[in-house]
Amino acid sequence: MTSLPQATNKKLGLVIDLDTCVGCHACATNCKEWNTGGHMAPLTDQNPYGKKPDGVWFNRVHSFEVKRGKTNPGLTVNFPRSCLHCENAACVTVCPTGASYKRAEDGIVLVNTDKCIGCKLCSWACPYGAREFDEDEGVMKKCTLCIDRIYNKTLEPEDRQPACVLTCPAGARHFGDLSDPDSNVSKLVAERAGRPLMPELGYKPTNSYLPPRARRVEAANIGAEKQLEAVSPRKGFLSWIDNTLSR
Amino acid sequence: MHPAFSVILFTTSSGAGYGLLALMGIFGAAGILPQDRWFGLSGLFIALGLVTIGLLSSTFHLGHPERAWRAISQWRSSWLSREGVLAIVTFIPAGLLGIGWVFLETTTGFWGVMGIVGALLAMLTVIATAMIYRSLKTIHQWANCWTLPGYLTLSIMTGALLLSALLMIFDEHARAVHGMVIFAVVLAWIVKYVYWRFIATSKSLATPSSAIAVDGAEITPLDPPHNSANYLMKEMGFIVARKHADKLRFISYATLFAMPLALSLMAYLSSGAMGTISAVVAVISAIVGVAVERWLFFAEAKHTVNLYYGATSV
Ligand code: SF4
Ligand code: SF4
Ligand code: SF4
Repeated sequence: MTSLPQATNKKLGLVIDLDTCVGCHACATNCKEWNTGGHMAPLTDQNPYGKKPDGVWFNRVHSFEVKRGKTNPGLTVNFPRSCLHCENAACVTVCPTGASYKRAEDGIVLVNTDKCIGCKLCSWACPYGAREFDEDEGVMKKCTLCIDRIYNKTLEPEDRQPACVLTCPAGARHFGDLSDPDSNVSKLVAERAGRPLMPELGYKPTNSYLPPRARRVEAANIGAEKQLEAVSPRKGFLSWIDNTLSR
Repeated sequence: MHPAFSVILFTTSSGAGYGLLALMGIFGAAGILPQDRWFGLSGLFIALGLVTIGLLSSTFHLGHPERAWRAISQWRSSWLSREGVLAIVTFIPAGLLGIGWVFLETTTGFWGVMGIVGALLAMLTVIATAMIYRSLKTIHQWANCWTLPGYLTLSIMTGALLLSALLMIFDEHARAVHGMVIFAVVLAWIVKYVYWRFIATSKSLATPSSAIAVDGAEITPLDPPHNSANYLMKEMGFIVARKHADKLRFISYATLFAMPLALSLMAYLSSGAMGTISAVVAVISAIVGVAVERWLFFAEAKHTVNLYYGATSV
């Protein structure tokens, strides 16, 4: 049923730190690696070794240059973009077949690819470009929040996390229940003033982005001279050269 | 947004079909139209034919056309699903109206009620089509109060032009219908003019800053996430050059409104072969015009995902 659940028991989602993300694309790569054998497998590619490869990815990493006026230093922001598992997920309500749905137990938004007719309307309804059409299979695909990892009893408990979170070398991705104010992710959002994307559209995304920390404009004081003076040798050959050249 | 041929064909053709069906139902029930079976047959054949061509073409662009039947299941939440249900249900009163008209040569009484019910359902189907676009908050050029009137007035206008041409061909003079055509063209013209002014002077609330949750005076892409176009860029990244859009709008104004208006006036004032030819050419011109207008409706629609790919506003 593509009506949204009244409320969800949990709001599982990601918190992504734009301060520490180094833009290495490891999360995107590992997402592709895990998911091409996971719940929504396969993540097909067209022309993978050709000049213009194309294919289904659930996570894309952009880099932006942000100019912030004369007084603030500019920023380079690396920005990973994946499904935000929105509360008001219009991608679900527009689906005519019931293929798209939001789970009442944890808020995860999924596609049942056996029911999908490939009308693409859900991808039009997603502001964030989180859904990508699989040309080979003729159905829509999207991030599953690694549903096949986070509940996977065959994995060690510490590995029951999304592939993108586990692989991030900078620790910029965090997974948890954002409806629980005491969860790690909720605390991070509170501490670092996490922000939703395009809140003006009213989708109420579950995922949150931690903005870059304030940058220092002044150099740090490490006890060194502000300006280095040229050293003049006092005796010997070098001193003779110095004196000769200084004349 | 990428203007898919099948969707342009679908909305153009089914819009005209539902418009004609609705007007035949209402004017038929009012007893203004000839009760002649051949008139009824040709009119309903054209209306339902256009609708059917439209519906079939809309399934061509699906990834899984054989599963299309599933699309009528989610009418509680989805306008696309509602459109499907309404489209199918409309065939029932339309078919009954056809039985009355073609076999019994009557369009009043029970058959007239069927005509009115069919007209209502036909208009609701057009509304459902428009609401698919109007309800997408991701696209400012669609999620505004001019989208629905645009679809409705163009559907009625093209339906009225068709009906008027058909009357001319049957050498009938229902002046109420011919007069209504002129009114419908003027109304649709005004609505489309206001729509185009609206999208030229307003934009989405979403900005590059709100898209990445970082405040900044200027946000420009530095490194792209992928080095060849992906699904998002092909489907939503379609951008039409300003000068082409202006030219196409001009073509649209000319073929969709100016020509049909002049030709319908001619048809209204003259009679015989001259009037018939004018009315038929008016239909052809308007159909070309709607197709161009639909192409622009897609090509000028800017999806918010473009903010991640270098757009400064959408
Ligand atoms: S990010 Fe897009 S696909 Fe994911 S839940 Fe929100 S609207 Fe749907
Ligand atoms: S593409 Fe599939 S999942 Fe998306 S709206 Fe259409 S049927 Fe539903
Ligand atoms: S949660 Fe899983 S599916 Fe979603 S972006 Fe991360 S790795 Fe990909």
